[in-house]
Amino acid sequence: MPSTNYFELFKLPQTFSLDVAILESNYRKIQSESHPDRFVTASPAEKLASMQTATTANEAYQTLKSPGLRAAYLLSLQGVTAIDEKNNQMPADFLMQQMEWREAIEDAENASDVSTLENLLEEIGIAGKSLQESLKNQFQHNHLSEATDSTRKLIFMDKVRADILKSIEKLD
Amino acid sequence: MAYSDKVLDHYENPRNVGSLDKNDPNVGTGMVGAPACGDVMKLMIKVNDNGIIEDAKFKTYGCGSAIASSSLVTEWLKGKTVDEAYAIKNSAIAEELALPPVKIHCSVLAEDAIKAAVADIKAKQSARATV
Repeated sequence: MPSTNYFELFKLPQTFSLDVAILESNYRKIQSESHPDRFVTASPAEKLASMQTATTANEAYQTLKSPGLRAAYLLSLQGVTAIDEKNNQMPADFLMQQMEWREAIEDAENASDVSTLENLLEEIGIAGKSLQESLKNQFQHNHLSEATDSTRKLIFMDKVRADILKSIEKLD
Repeated sequence: MAYSDKVLDHYENPRNVGSLDKNDPNVGTGMVGAPACGDVMKLMIKVNDNGIIEDAKFKTYGCGSAIASSSLVTEWLKGKTVDEAYAIKNSAIAEELALPPVKIHCSVLAEDAIKAAVADIKAKQSARATV
């Protein structure tokens, strides 16, 4: 089903701001409706269709759950490719900040310093939220070029946040 | 996903991890990031007066293939001229490490880091030449 719109699949408005509770509950509903246990006695065609539904729902859920991937998906629906593996140009000051955070996380992790990691998590969380706020405005005003730049940055913010959470978990 | 032996080797024993003095006029820094995965890579090269790369260091925060790609290029860069370094292609890195198609972009990132480091040292040198 290549043309499945992820937002429609979960009955969500096609916007960057999203009600995570609705996303979660509609995802679980589709997962349980397409669970293999329900199709034990079904025809091969029905089994295949339910499997495809489950796969698409999983892909859609993973995409919409992550702010960066959600933004990139929204742009792709408008014909804009935000994530191009051949284009690694990012603003120098942005990369510098990413590198500083990465080094600080690494040092704190090596020193088993959970409170520094938690401070960094907060700092990175605030920066990520403010980027998401800009992105919300950029989408609202259809400023797609600015939205593309923000989306590319947001992927890094999501990644560094996920990694710091993993570090904290490891030390706890 | 299964990594090749060469990737694992560089991942487990990365060569030349670290930094050089970024304020040294003979040191060029290349910083790049891949929006496809959020990986960041910093590559630093120290170039002597004959234009030969004497030392190279890297720091990469990302997947095994990105770490291996940057570790490998630091080995390759030493002893090369900056122009030879600039000519290194990602396909050579990908081939050496037997990267699968989904990880080719990690080698692209390493090539971009070399080009950025070379551009930085050239900018520093021409700034010095005009003083």
